[in-house]
Amino acid sequence: MDFAFSEEQEMLRAAARSWLKAHYPADRVASLADGEQGWDPQSWREFGTLGWLDPELGVLEYAVLAEEAGYVLYPGPWWSTVALAGPVLGGLPDEPTTLAWAEAGAPDLRSAASSSATSATRAAGAWTLSGTKQRVPDLAIASSVLVVAAADGGTGIWRVAVSGGDVIPVSTVDRTRRLAELRLDSAAAEPILAPGSAGDALIAVRRRSLALLACEAVGITQWALDMSSAHAKERVQFGRQIGSYQGISHRVADVYTALQLARSLAYRAAWAVDADAADVDEAVTVAAVSAGEGAVLACESAMQVLGGIGFTWDHPLHRFYKRAQWIAAFDGTSRTHRAELATALLG
Amino acid sequence: MDFRDTTDEAEFRAGLRDWLADTLPANWAQRPPHVGHHPIEERRAWSRKLFDAGYVGLTWPTEYGGGGKPYSYQAIFLEETGRIGAPEHVGVIGLGMAGPTIRIHGTETQKKQHLAAILSGDTIFCQGFSEPGSGSDLASVSTRAELDGHSYVVNGQKVWSSWAHVADYCILLTRSDPAERGHRGMTYFILDMHSPGVAVRPLRQITGDPEFNEIFLSDVRIPAEDIVDVPGNGWNVAMTTLLHERGTLGFALTSHLEGNMARLLETVKQVGAADDPVVRDRVAGLYVELEGLRYTNLRSLTTLMKTGVPGPEGSVAKLCWSETNQRLTSFALELLGTDSQLDGDGGFWSGFWQFQQLRSRGNTIEAGTSEVLRNIIAERLVGLPRSR
Repeated sequence: MDFAFSEEQEMLRAAARSWLKAHYPADRVASLADGEQGWDPQSWREFGTLGWLDPELGVLEYAVLAEEAGYVLYPGPWWSTVALAGPVLGGLPDEPTTLAWAEAGAPDLRSAASSSATSATRAAGAWTLSGTKQRVPDLAIASSVLVVAAADGGTGIWRVAVSGGDVIPVSTVDRTRRLAELRLDSAAAEPILAPGSAGDALIAVRRRSLALLACEAVGITQWALDMSSAHAKERVQFGRQIGSYQGISHRVADVYTALQLARSLAYRAAWAVDADAADVDEAVTVAAVSAGEGAVLACESAMQVLGGIGFTWDHPLHRFYKRAQWIAAFDGTSRTHRAELATALLG
Repeated sequence: MDFRDTTDEAEFRAGLRDWLADTLPANWAQRPPHVGHHPIEERRAWSRKLFDAGYVGLTWPTEYGGGGKPYSYQAIFLEETGRIGAPEHVGVIGLGMAGPTIRIHGTETQKKQHLAAILSGDTIFCQGFSEPGSGSDLASVSTRAELDGHSYVVNGQKVWSSWAHVADYCILLTRSDPAERGHRGMTYFILDMHSPGVAVRPLRQITGDPEFNEIFLSDVRIPAEDIVDVPGNGWNVAMTTLLHERGTLGFALTSHLEGNMARLLETVKQVGAADDPVVRDRVAGLYVELEGLRYTNLRSLTTLMKTGVPGPEGSVAKLCWSETNQRLTSFALELLGTDSQLDGDGGFWSGFWQFQQLRSRGNTIEAGTSEVLRNIIAERLVGLPRSR
């Protein structure tokens, strides 16, 4: 039993923390989030130079990077590429790539494997796709998109250039990880996974994306805790630092506690995905509940500790809060995750 | 990072499972759970079996009768014995508090006299820290120890002392220099509970059990060689005791909670509530809390194995465990409905859950109240200003 990151992984963490801190201060993230594109495309090349897109990285390295990216609220298609496209491609693509699985009335990853109203047809040796996909993360800023579609023989996955379809951005609460609708009308497509073989890939996507989102949520929780404690030490009311009042300090202690549990479960989930452990589905589900709820709690608690300032648009807190809520609603919620755990526990 | 047992750990786990299956009474796992604590003589006999098989003091040095193994073996031991609901060793205070303190601060004579006897269950320790006027504020202890020749004369009263009614020795915190206040002027003794002037009165708890006691000390003479460390350094020695209490407790507590979780699932099925979506949601929520504790313990354990000191993440274990255990046992009573009013022969599992639920209310008070633990987390781990 060894529950620690390796020395190399800790070095990666230290490097990522210092680079992200220098390049993604809160005011820059705010202007990107409020801007047209929502990210700095230059960051893709920078990530490449830093080695964060190297093929030899495993899920534990991604876990480290996801946590650090969450700590600064990095806006960009790194998570989509690594967690949504990576497991389908069996490696990382050169350009930002996302995955389109959801359709009207069928938002879940696993249900996408069984049926799809998006059709793939082959004529004269060339594939084309037609249909509408919903809520595709980072679609507007990706270069290509992997699309789950149905053909004779079942659901498979094809790659389409984003420019080959109509991209209709939808209004989202979190402006740092946006969603869009993808409309395809006989769009040229490259086959990636043969009809009938999307199921296993989508399970792998779910595992990796939930594990990495749990790590990202841990980064958000740590940020909210640091923000709360800095404010509680600095702010003076009734002649004392407010952090000396137990009404404040015990609230902060509860966030620290939630963070420790969530961190343990998020790291363990990443390991379970990496090692393809027998209990991987339980591991990612438990981590999703703990880390998702922990991040939301930490942001809500921070808002209370900060008082009015934390409720303003100008303070960065609301962006972290909205990302935490985004994570807590990805491919299910605590309620549906717990229902799944109950099936494992009670039949 | 790797959560799998090493080859040696896996072998140890398999051997322990076989040993438990062979040594516990037949059909042990199928019996309804035991209500309350196992009787002391049964636990003493069980402790002896554990000791003879080499399962006590797994991490203690071999020269004092321990196993000299890494901490992961102790974690495996607690996981496996917790899962099957095996009785606990009788020397809870000795193994978790007195033993580690003597190992760190004690003289060679004290180590030889006490450590092996704690492991075998021959010697039972109790703890004399809290006083009627000194609960969370431990630095205010007023039990007096006055030097008189080569021994100290001790007068005062201790309270909440579990095991005192059967204990042979007590780790006793006293004020030896009344001119000093707060953390200075305290002295830590090993008190022979059979000394003249020691009186023990059981305190009956809300469960009806007399698990705790008051200890009255009237002109009790303690030889100077029974001081742990040096006179006046009692506070630092007591901190070692509490560090070990809170540091190694996490695994034992979580393994207890894991046992209660298994029994909760069994109860849900027996009362026919397994299809109730509200019940399913709450059971799964409790399971997430249990898993969070379990893996946080493992993370803390890795820090302990790498650095020799439990990680700060472990300090949340007792706080979380106590509150989760309260939620779990209250929920179990809710499942029983009006049957929760019955205990004894007419009750579900003879009142197992009623005992567990009532006992759980003490969990957020004993071994550091939840309020003190939140202060510690806020001040020492988050770095907030002191509240007082």
